Amino acid sequence: MTDGRADGQPLAATLARGASLCAHCSTPVPAARQASASGTTFCCDGCEAVYAILHERGLERYYKLRAGARGGRPARALRHEYQEFDDAEFHRLYVRADARGLRSVRLYLEGVHCLACVWLVEMLPRLIPGVASARLEFGRARATILWDPAATPLSAIGRTLGSLGYPPHPFRGLRGEDAARKDDRRLLGKLAIAGACAGNVMVISFALYGGFFHGMEASLESFLRWVSLTLTLPALVWGGSVFFGGAWRALRRRRLHMDLPLSIGLLAGAIGGAMNTIRQEGEIYFDSVTILIFLLLAGRYVQQRRQRRAVQSTELLHALFPSTARVVEAGGVRVVPLALLRTGGIVEVLAGEMIPADGTIIEGRSSVDQSLLTGESRPTGAGEGSAVFAGTTNLSARLRVRIDAAGEDTRAGLLLRKVEALAASAPPIVRLADRIAGWFVAAQLLVAAGALAYWLHADARRAGDVVVSLLVITCPCALGLATPLAVLAAMGRAARAGILVKSQDVFENLARPGTIWLDKTGTLTRGEQSLAAWNGTRETAALATAIERHSSHPLARAFLAAFGASDAGLEARAVEHRWGSGISGEVAGRRVWIGAPHAAAPCGIHVPSERQAELDSMASRALTPVAVAVEGIAVATAGFGDPLRADAASAIASLRAGGWRIGILSGDALEVVASAANALGIDGGAAYGAVTPEEKLARVRATPAPVVMVGDGVNDAAALAAATVGIAVEGGAEAALAAAHVYVARSGIAAIADLVRDSARTLRIIRANAAFAICYNAACATLAVCGAVNALVAAILMPISSLAVVGNSLRAGGKTRSPEPPAEAPARAAGAPLDVAAAPEGAPA
Amino acid sequence: MTMIYVLLPLALIFALGAVLAFLWALRDGQFDDTETPPLRILCDGDESPAIPSDRARGDGSQATPYG
Repeated sequence: MTDGRADGQPLAATLARGASLCAHCSTPVPAARQASASGTTFCCDGCEAVYAILHERGLERYYKLRAGARGGRPARALRHEYQEFDDAEFHRLYVRADARGLRSVRLYLEGVHCLACVWLVEMLPRLIPGVASARLEFGRARATILWDPAATPLSAIGRTLGSLGYPPHPFRGLRGEDAARKDDRRLLGKLAIAGACAGNVMVISFALYGGFFHGMEASLESFLRWVSLTLTLPALVWGGSVFFGGAWRALRRRRLHMDLPLSIGLLAGAIGGAMNTIRQEGEIYFDSVTILIFLLLAGRYVQQRRQRRAVQSTELLHALFPSTARVVEAGGVRVVPLALLRTGGIVEVLAGEMIPADGTIIEGRSSVDQSLLTGESRPTGAGEGSAVFAGTTNLSARLRVRIDAAGEDTRAGLLLRKVEALAASAPPIVRLADRIAGWFVAAQLLVAAGALAYWLHADARRAGDVVVSLLVITCPCALGLATPLAVLAAMGRAARAGILVKSQDVFENLARPGTIWLDKTGTLTRGEQSLAAWNGTRETAALATAIERHSSHPLARAFLAAFGASDAGLEARAVEHRWGSGISGEVAGRRVWIGAPHAAAPCGIHVPSERQAELDSMASRALTPVAVAVEGIAVATAGFGDPLRADAASAIASLRAGGWRIGILSGDALEVVASAANALGIDGGAAYGAVTPEEKLARVRATPAPVVMVGDGVNDAAALAAATVGIAVEGGAEAALAAAHVYVARSGIAAIADLVRDSARTLRIIRANAAFAICYNAACATLAVCGAVNALVAAILMPISSLAVVGNSLRAGGKTRSPEPPAEAPARAAGAPLDVAAAPEGAPA
Repeated sequence: MTMIYVLLPLALIFALGAVLAFLWALRDGQFDDTETPPLRILCDGDESPAIPSDRARGDGSQATPYG
């Protein structure tokens, strides 16, 4: 089991010390849970519960199936009641009734990542009586569940899914989805009809070619031509309508579009062929016409499916937020669906929960993790009167918050709406092939008109034949194929290297150097606090470990990751959490205190001057300093930081060598960003710290194109969507994944340098394709205009250029044939930064 | 060769049948998700009787409640 987020020291160190792995999720088991009578150990109660459920119901096969699958670990089980799933309003919005008295609902599930998940979710009828069926769409992580409302409430289904590690969210985009599905089906239907017609016309045309060389009865030939004509009509009417419609729309807007010459070519071929069929002389072009329709439709279908995927993934944005909130009312606290929150209401947020709306704290003091929203890596303190935002996490104590903005109006909601709007209204990028095609079409029509005028004058009988063969031979399909094929091949190659490219413009945009903005937290760094410096003895570390085990503060967890496995088996007693300052307790008869330097004096801790110097030096290196005191005297110091990824420096050097300008846009504190920029050799003037998500967007917009944004968080999402190319890195939040054009599924940012290199190569191939197609067509057009080519030869020459382009394009895919890139990433990367462990009050710093 | 006047239309009628079958499958929603079925077949053991097939669930409208 490889887990990218744990690629650094802590995991390796833990494993080296022989810690066992969780029987359910295969993450290292903390020392405190190592002992187990059965020999199976678990990292947490959630995993243990899931393991028990699966064994109780005879579903152990899950583990066998999972062993064969690649991909991440199971998502963590969440305890949530899902009462809102039984709400009448919820049912009105998301649930549909079935004729047999059953109900059906479509849920988006977090944490779906492999085959075993499909199996387990579809086993739902076995787990809950009353569920008639469950179907999971793997690529979109969407389950359709049919259940009997009389036998089980929907909340029970939600609870089961949640406890299995697939927290469900209602699927909101039903209406758009219906239209998209109909659209997809319609296009596939057209493709089927065009394909069937093309295949049969092709077979008949082989017979006719045979007759051409060896002779054929006139009546039989005429019959075959009539059959071809009959078969061409449906292909033209159903399949061709796509192009005729496109050409007509472009004409009305006075634009030249590739559909226009295609339509003229198709109609000219079909009409010419039909006239020749009736006249019983001359060529028919039905084979070219139908094959062309089929191939072009196939290209459009593939493209449409891909684009659809990109748009649908913005749906995942909503899964970021909790679906319920605890509203404080006169009678007490009530759990309600998020949609029912109103401005002015009061909500209660427990430690470890996500804050459901923007508001002001009216009761309680706590620290808040804003990293999801702003990228600030260190928790910030919050007390009465402080403003808090939806999407941030309350770390340490219970808060009561008066709502200032809820739902779509929150800062996060506005940000996500911006992302959706940006994704939907992506400015139509004029692709290289389209630009060339515009000129090509104009030239083609001009030449055809000239040829017609000349031949009408010179030899009116041959004019029709010459123009038809000109149009057929200069058919722009090689040009049309040039880009998509090269891009598809490059996409396949990138996917094998762990880079998922969602939009075909990416390669073109990355081929020319521009500006790259990098997010820091989670992108240049791993986005997790870890122990960066330790001045103290092993013995002190063991004492501190015993205390830290009682805290789930991020810094405590970082401490345990470093020292937890080398446990001396010490037990801490009388552990006391002090909000915002530290934690203390008694270990092996000695009083141990761990906390922030500023809290030492108020707690009666003496800090010797050399320790104070260590603390100051850590603070100046942008680390979070923590002091460890035994019997009232600070004897050790620890510095926590978010270390840079190992490959960051080399990747940046390689990008810079390629001519890219590199900068940092981070929401983290100024000195942390400056220290990271310094370590990476990035000019201080191009490294911006304390940047809000809105400023990120503005800065990306202000940078001249092409601008690349690399990020991982919600705070990057709008900037990712607005950038020419947005790249989300491994382990990112779903909002980032949805907004980005590229998702890097492998650890580190070295992949970005690879992608840039590949893009340049892909664009070279596209250019070569286009140049070849144009030269070929120009040469053939000259012959056709001179009347040197009859339509039969034209029909044979036309596909040759296409075949050459196909061959050249496949080079972009490397030696092996390119497979379909793996399924959409967001579902798999689900939740990495969203895993919010409950953090009770207290803990150091 | 006169046989061809009968055989060719006959062959085309068969082809029409195939096209209609495809269109039926399309409307039935069998091409909406082309990713999960190849995975599902790997875990279709004897212990998964709980999953009804598309056909067992009745007509197309039920197979795809939103289609």
